[in-house]
Amino acid sequence: MNSAEKIMAKKEASRNRARNRFIGPALTYLLLTAGAVIFALPFLWMISISLKEPAEVALPGLNLLPKKAIWANYPKALTIMPFHLYLLNTLKVTFLSVIGTLLSSSIAAYAFARLRAPGREVLFFVMLATIMLPAEVMMIPRFVIFRGLGWYDTLLPLIIPAFFGSAFYIFLIRQFFLTIPSDLEDAAKIDGCSAFRTYWQIFMPLSKPVLVTVAVFSFVAHWNDFMTPLIYLNSVEKRTLALGLATFQDVWGVDIVSLMAASTAVLIPVLVIFFLAQRYFVQGVVMSGIKG
Amino acid sequence: MEGYLCIAPWLIGFALLTLGPMIFSFIISLTQWDLINSPKFVGLDNYRIIFTDDFRFRQSLKVTALYAAMSVPLGMIGSLCVAMLLNLNMRGMRVFRSIFYLPAILPGVAVTMLWMWILRPQDTGVLNHILGFFGVSPKPWLSDPAWALPSFVIMSLWGIGGGMIIYLSGLQSVPTQLYEAAEIDGAGSWRKFTTITLPMISPTIFFNLVMGIIGSFQVFTASYIMTPNGGPGYSTLFYVLYLYQKAFKYLQMGYASALAWILFAVVLALTLIVFKTSAKWVYYESEVKQ
Repeated sequence: MNSAEKIMAKKEASRNRARNRFIGPALTYLLLTAGAVIFALPFLWMISISLKEPAEVALPGLNLLPKKAIWANYPKALTIMPFHLYLLNTLKVTFLSVIGTLLSSSIAAYAFARLRAPGREVLFFVMLATIMLPAEVMMIPRFVIFRGLGWYDTLLPLIIPAFFGSAFYIFLIRQFFLTIPSDLEDAAKIDGCSAFRTYWQIFMPLSKPVLVTVAVFSFVAHWNDFMTPLIYLNSVEKRTLALGLATFQDVWGVDIVSLMAASTAVLIPVLVIFFLAQRYFVQGVVMSGIKG
Repeated sequence: MEGYLCIAPWLIGFALLTLGPMIFSFIISLTQWDLINSPKFVGLDNYRIIFTDDFRFRQSLKVTALYAAMSVPLGMIGSLCVAMLLNLNMRGMRVFRSIFYLPAILPGVAVTMLWMWILRPQDTGVLNHILGFFGVSPKPWLSDPAWALPSFVIMSLWGIGGGMIIYLSGLQSVPTQLYEAAEIDGAGSWRKFTTITLPMISPTIFFNLVMGIIGSFQVFTASYIMTPNGGPGYSTLFYVLYLYQKAFKYLQMGYASALAWILFAVVLALTLIVFKTSAKWVYYESEVKQ
């Protein structure tokens, strides 16, 4: 954006500021605040329970504020189960999957956006169609294949598929790549840049918002994934956090306080990532113009 | 050449992890196979049994369809309303946006654990306690066949942030001049909403509708954790939960693969119906409708 455009944007923004075209701003705030309270309450309760004494949780009523915040609930909850192992496994899976997703999806997106190849449009349509394919159809054959490869009870089935790109992310990144002016590549071509170097040195650095968006989506999906670990992981020390948390209750017979403390601990990294990436995140979704 | 090279990772993945497995899945669905003994070819027997003699299949399809019929429209209306409120250039919008969006990306397992506590049946349950303020008597929620499925719908509404953020991107691309022109012509709020907003964001509505239907047929985590056996009277036996049980609890891989193909057919049929009707109600910018 050059400075003239920036000034235009600011003018536009100030003209629109505090003006809802449907209902007044006061009513908008009122409704939003009421909604926000409803949406935040379950989450606040979770934290509240995690800091209470077990006897206090059993009392009827809302009691959002604990009588006394017992921070020791956290170390206690996190040592009942081998939390550090679960965390390490989850970090491995999530980190490698995000890297794999970003590399494989962006390079395919580059090809779909820029490179000529006969049949490209057909392949692109096929790829879009796979977005609507329920993963459950592939669940059993994939299980049979991965088991045949000796990958049962390892983290590999949770990581390797990410390295083959994901249709939805390829689509998002392609839409962004299409907005990059072609003059830049032409200049690079004259300088004798190969397609791969153009992708790596021009397209990737310019596409931070959409890459951050995809990284966050992919992080969240892998961090939260429950079904894949449930199917593939058997030994306790291989479990991820989501799976560990689910077996928390029946295996270890724990109280609600520890359960909520562990749950809070599992979702904190998601919160942190969300707030760190927020600046890019919404922008990435909006700019990619998902419209179906 | 470079084009193919760059698509190669996706293309290999598509062949080995999607297309190959799909064909393989159909072949498995024609067999009886427990993973231990070698598969036995049974033709279309699995499909025949599913359609003629499987109460739990019919029940799981009914439960899932009912859930979709409740959660998809409510979720779509709810997320559009919130997005309309958030599509306003005012102070604090980023905070509001985060609060509404966050539940959608929190780990399903942790969220489900939390809701099991919120939905406790007695009047010690938080939801019942709050409803008590409005004079509503305590509901049995997850422990009662009539209330178990609505409990899942309520929980799903907490996660409407995903649809909301997509609506928001649709709303932000509606040109403001359209509203200005309508205001000059004296159009009221409702008229602006029905004649400008709805048609302009109809591609977004379409996208959310398709994704909502597909998503609602794939509910698993919440049902597995809240009601691993399908709830009271199988009232929350979601389709994918039943499929999972058949495959990984009873090791009936052939039968479960047939269930997976039926799921695929149902989702495909619903998606096609939505696509067919979309010509009537989805407007794209460059197009002129009579």
